Amino acid sequence: MDLSTTYMGLKLKNPLVPSASPLSKDLATIKRLEDAGASAVVLYSLFEEQISFEAAELDHFLTQGTESYAEALSYFPQVEEYNLGPEEYLEHIRKAKEATDIPIIASLNGVSTGGWTGYAKKMQDAGADALELNIYFLSTDSKRDGREIENLYRSVLKAVKASVTIPVAMKLSPYFSSLAHMIELLDQDGADGFVLFNRFYQPDLDLESLEVNPGVVLSNSSDLRLPLRWIAILYGRVEAGLAGSTGVHTAEDAIKMMMAGADIAQMCAALLLNGPQVIGKVLADMKKWMEANEYESIRQMQGSMSQKSVAEPAAFERANYMKALNNFRTSGSR
Amino acid sequence: MSRTMVTLDGNEAAAYVAHKINEVIAIYPITPSSAMGEWADAYSAAGQKNIWGTIPQVTEMQSEGGAAGAVHGALQTGALTTTFTASQGLLLMIPNMYKIAGELTPTVFHVSARTVATHALSIFGDHSDVMACRQTGFGLLSSASIQEIMDFALISQAATLESRIPFIHFFDGFRSSHEVQKIEQLTMDDMRAMIDDELVFEHRRRALSPDRPVLRGTAQNPDVFFQGRETINPFYAACPGIVQKAMDKFAKIAGRSYHLFDYVGAPDAEQVIVLMGSSGEAAHEAVDYLNKKGHKVGLIKVRLYRPFSADHFIAAIPKSTKSIAVLDRTKEPGSAGEPLYGDVLTALSESMMAGKLTMADFPRVISGRYGLSSKEFTPAMVKGVFDELKKSEPKNHFTVGINDDLSHTSIDYDPHFSTEPDDVVRALFYGLGSDGTVGANKNSIKIIGEETDNYAQGYFVYDSKKAGTVTVSHLRFGPRPIQSTYTISKANFIACHQQFFLEKFNMLESAVEGATFLLNSQADPADVWDTLPRNVQAEIVKKKIKFYVIDAYKVAKESNMGVRINTIMQTCFFAISGVLPRAEAIEKIKQAIKKTYGAKGDRIVQMNYLAVDHTLENLHEVKVPDKVTSKIEMPPIVSEESPEFVKTVVAKILQGKGDELPVSAMPIDGTFPTGTTQWEKRNVALEIPVWDPDTCIQCGKCVMVCPHAAIRQKAYDGKILAKAPTTFKSTPAKGKDFAEGWRYTLQVAPEDCTGCALCVEVCPSKNKQEVGRKAINMAPQPPIRLQERENFTFFLQEIPDLDRSSVKIDSVKGSQFLQPLFEYSGACAGCGETPYVKLLSQLFGERAIIANATGCSSIYGGNLPTTPYTTNRDGRGPAWSNSLFEDNAEFGLGFRLTLDKQNEYAQELAKALSADLGDQLVDDLLKADQSSEAGIAAQRERVKELRKKLATNKSREAKHLLSVADNLVKKSVWILGGDGWAYDIGYGGLDHVLASGRNVNVLVLDTEVYSNTGGQMSKSTPLGAVAKFAAAGKPLPKKDMGMIFMSYGNIYVARVAMGYNDLQVVRAFLEADAYDGPSIIIAYSHCIAHGIPMHKGMDEQRAAVESGHYPLFRFNPAKLAEGGNPLKLDSKAPSISFADFAYGETRFKMLTKSHPDRAKMLIEMAQDQISARWRLYEAWAAMTGPSGE
Repeated sequence: MDLSTTYMGLKLKNPLVPSASPLSKDLATIKRLEDAGASAVVLYSLFEEQISFEAAELDHFLTQGTESYAEALSYFPQVEEYNLGPEEYLEHIRKAKEATDIPIIASLNGVSTGGWTGYAKKMQDAGADALELNIYFLSTDSKRDGREIENLYRSVLKAVKASVTIPVAMKLSPYFSSLAHMIELLDQDGADGFVLFNRFYQPDLDLESLEVNPGVVLSNSSDLRLPLRWIAILYGRVEAGLAGSTGVHTAEDAIKMMMAGADIAQMCAALLLNGPQVIGKVLADMKKWMEANEYESIRQMQGSMSQKSVAEPAAFERANYMKALNNFRTSGSR
Repeated sequence: MSRTMVTLDGNEAAAYVAHKINEVIAIYPITPSSAMGEWADAYSAAGQKNIWGTIPQVTEMQSEGGAAGAVHGALQTGALTTTFTASQGLLLMIPNMYKIAGELTPTVFHVSARTVATHALSIFGDHSDVMACRQTGFGLLSSASIQEIMDFALISQAATLESRIPFIHFFDGFRSSHEVQKIEQLTMDDMRAMIDDELVFEHRRRALSPDRPVLRGTAQNPDVFFQGRETINPFYAACPGIVQKAMDKFAKIAGRSYHLFDYVGAPDAEQVIVLMGSSGEAAHEAVDYLNKKGHKVGLIKVRLYRPFSADHFIAAIPKSTKSIAVLDRTKEPGSAGEPLYGDVLTALSESMMAGKLTMADFPRVISGRYGLSSKEFTPAMVKGVFDELKKSEPKNHFTVGINDDLSHTSIDYDPHFSTEPDDVVRALFYGLGSDGTVGANKNSIKIIGEETDNYAQGYFVYDSKKAGTVTVSHLRFGPRPIQSTYTISKANFIACHQQFFLEKFNMLESAVEGATFLLNSQADPADVWDTLPRNVQAEIVKKKIKFYVIDAYKVAKESNMGVRINTIMQTCFFAISGVLPRAEAIEKIKQAIKKTYGAKGDRIVQMNYLAVDHTLENLHEVKVPDKVTSKIEMPPIVSEESPEFVKTVVAKILQGKGDELPVSAMPIDGTFPTGTTQWEKRNVALEIPVWDPDTCIQCGKCVMVCPHAAIRQKAYDGKILAKAPTTFKSTPAKGKDFAEGWRYTLQVAPEDCTGCALCVEVCPSKNKQEVGRKAINMAPQPPIRLQERENFTFFLQEIPDLDRSSVKIDSVKGSQFLQPLFEYSGACAGCGETPYVKLLSQLFGERAIIANATGCSSIYGGNLPTTPYTTNRDGRGPAWSNSLFEDNAEFGLGFRLTLDKQNEYAQELAKALSADLGDQLVDDLLKADQSSEAGIAAQRERVKELRKKLATNKSREAKHLLSVADNLVKKSVWILGGDGWAYDIGYGGLDHVLASGRNVNVLVLDTEVYSNTGGQMSKSTPLGAVAKFAAAGKPLPKKDMGMIFMSYGNIYVARVAMGYNDLQVVRAFLEADAYDGPSIIIAYSHCIAHGIPMHKGMDEQRAAVESGHYPLFRFNPAKLAEGGNPLKLDSKAPSISFADFAYGETRFKMLTKSHPDRAKMLIEMAQDQISARWRLYEAWAAMTGPSGE
């Protein structure tokens, strides 16, 4: 049975790839993920915002109160060099590459086209096999229109593509007025892959403290449906590879992603909840299912239930009550 | 050999050389020498080697006494060893210095000479400390300039090795230690050429070693001690020659020639001044100027003061000399004359007696004092001295630089006399500490000094307060080395970085005709003229000043710089001063930015670049009208209602005109009235808290945490409100203690608040309609200043405080109804220490005597011009004193001994007089229960009655009883200090005092670092924290002083953190006071030196406790007596990791950015240690007491 797949030109032994999460901060966990069967690992994201913030914060607190009072012109010793760039992250890439035999995909999170796109080149030089660009930008400014935001995404992609030779995936949110068009544009701009979708911090309200608590709610299998739909729609319409992310907890979830047309299925919540060994169980279950249903390879099923391939392509485009109406009309027209 | 020109200050110059020619360095922080130790530590931390190729070992000790001991030991075992110190620190080294010199041990102590505390402490410079070491046997070599500091640091080392006489190499504190100059840097080769390795080998051969054992340090008897003491004479006789030899060798190597006594001036001078230190530079400038004008004057700069070579001195002085003024920068009360004067007279007399006097007649010699505590010493004063010398009957034992209207010692001089050459740029910059002005100016000096042929000098004058501080930078640039060792009084460039300064300081008074004035103003360039006060306009018009304006805050905002306007103002200076061509200047500024901020990441660099680029387009020259139009007058410095002393003395100091105060204005013995901060309305807060009565639950937490006593609560009969101002707010008082109709008000002191927002952060009450709003919310101060000033006055003057006896003081809310008797101190905005001090003043202030160790708490507690301890309506309040740093526990114990003795004596006298006083009164007085506020109040009434009865009794006993009767009322002795005192320098004394069993209360304000001297490691510093002398993180755990003192069993010990449990703090204070024995409270105090957002200080305190880093407890021996376990844990088991706490603070987090692997290791060690300690505490607290409880 052939579980192998190809994603952005990377030959992978199976389609299960842990997505960017804190799990990959620890080298030993990366190793455990590989041992459990992960075919590649997306590292946790390097956040542009965090690097800028840390530099500004350090500068602020090291200078706070200095040169003000004659007896204490400073409060900290002079330190020649601070490690405030992406060096720690780059070192992590190097170590992950050394420790494993699977592709390591670095992840970069930011919104500007400033100096940080230069980190992409450094990630490549550190040994990353591919990059995932996580450009989540929550536009709350009512003066900025959709085109401006779309152009922001495109310019970042172009800047990164111009600086690296390894494949670059765009990890996107579903919140575009015309997602298919947006993806087409990014496809033309040279994106090598699309990761659908990002899962965001959503604020919650704490009724005890009356404070807003930002936090992430882990996905479950029912969250699969959003990416599933879009992968099915996009399959065959873009040159780039497709990664289904969000809601992949079981073998069935992964198989659905494949059938919709994904090259890989990224997993996160299931691993955070139950540990790296979950990958092994999902793989085993996938094999069992394929055996029982007489599938020979992953390739065989990939895209088999995409919009192009199903009997009712409209099913992916309409909401449920419309589907009922459609059924009625279809039968009525006969 | 090519040498680089560098711009650095005196401390760095000394440390640079000392680090390269020593193997062991033992230090202890003290202003103004701390930076020398810090530099040495930084060099070693960066792996810099000495001239023998090895990295010197730098060790911080627990005191200067400790440092001297370690130096002595290291020297005895053969290491080339040095130390850096000043003032009291140097005095603590004296016992060892006698030993080191007596044993003929080569070493150089580098001293930034500082005033020794007498009637007051002063951190500034004079020679009282080094003069106190004349008798130790150390040589004394004096540097006058920054170049000389670098040169003499090397010369003294060469000389000590050859002569075996140890040296103090000294230079003037602040004036030289902190003055930045462009100088030539000595190279490693220069140093190798100067230091003879053979002499180093000899030093090592003399070392103690079990391989060739000797014994040093015997005890000797009358038969031989004397003779032994005289064996050293040949060494002292040879020493001056050796020093001159080293100077000559140095001249060959480096090209700068020095002599034991350097004469400058006319070869045929008739009047000569003799002095030493930085004043030699200003005097040199004056002598050159005067001689050019046809005078015949001269100057002897004393380099080698000890051993004093009379022969070299006589040789140096011109034969033509008719009169000599010897100037000493020290005062020896009761002496026949100050020390240098004595030496000069002796030298002249002895040479006369020996027939060696070169002059025709014995010259007239007079003595003068100048420059104590960095008092300015200017060419005008030098001229004044020469003028005095020319008089037929010149004044002897005179002073210069002050107006002594008491004993009339001072001589006159013309303050307008100036020697400043026209081709020197003289620039003054008025900035706020927080706006980065000083840092930017230091950068400018580097740029001009290192990138042009100009010489550069910078000197910086700082504030006495730590919040909202004003800095004045004095910068000179010119084509020749700059000798002007005095501040600028005739400036051709003045920059005002904050417009509100214009209403505080008459800065253009110092401007010369045609000067340039740069103002940072948010006003439009077209309108800015109208925003200037009248006197500023007048100066601009009269002196034809060129006026430029920029809205630096706008540019800063556009460049994401926040409120840091340093780079912007610096760019303006270069753009309009013309020191460098504009384009070149911009280029150099950017290079400097890269150098300064490069280590902190590209982001910061880019922000600053952007600011530079935005500056020029926002800089405007203002067309100056030809007449004054403004109606804005400078407001009075203090209120009309302030006491006379405040109006005449304090106000002068506040105005920056303290130099003008005559001797008669000063208290004779350093005694000052308390409660003066109330008259200084500093208005440093941009935003202040505004109360929302509807949301308030009246908990008192905000009042409790306010570091400046600037938010207060009162509950009162609502009838009082009839007279209240219209905007005065109140709400019904909550709680069963208050009758119907009683009101509650939370009032802010708008002009005293520093805007730290700690109060808003701790407010637990949220507005139901808008949860982001609390019961107090920050709002801009200027629009509500006047209204709240009126409200606060009404609040203070018209609403009475609650009767102490009726208040539930063992609660947070109740305690906060008590009047704070510590208010508006100069502490940092958001200080973590002062809330505890204020609480102490509320609970016990009216019967407290406070002994305060030197440190932050003595500075914000007692630094002029205004001080925060104050009195209540009865005139009672804390009596406060600071003795020293190291002796504070003992000092406080002395208070207790007096109180106990005089209480006992009063009781004895009362008993003896009971027939006259009435048995009942005496019995009541002697048996009074003073354990409650009511009990104390009743006792006060009895003493009042006693006094009444004694007033008419003429017996000797009655008079004595009258003088000690107040001691029948319970007093509370408090001993305050920081962790530097309690854990390190004062620990031995603290231990002894707590072990004495006496009823004293110790409050340790534990910031876990030496805060006042700028963040040096103490034994309280936690494992893993970065501090000075622990740049790579402290590898050893914090001393658990609570555990140590609990081990005595009879000491009340509490560890508290207001941010975790404020009620526990109140209870600990009350229990400590109530316990009839020694008590110590160790109080976690967040600090600016932790690198935290100060408004979150109480959150940091909570996290420190929740992580288990700072477990809270009370250990009350009274419980033991009752049969229970005296230890009660007051904090819960750790609920967050140490890393969760630590990485919220820069002191820990910065290590993850500088030494990531070590940071990881240390944080794990710290966690293990914290967990283990918690188990120990838990087990102890769970043990049953003697009664099985």
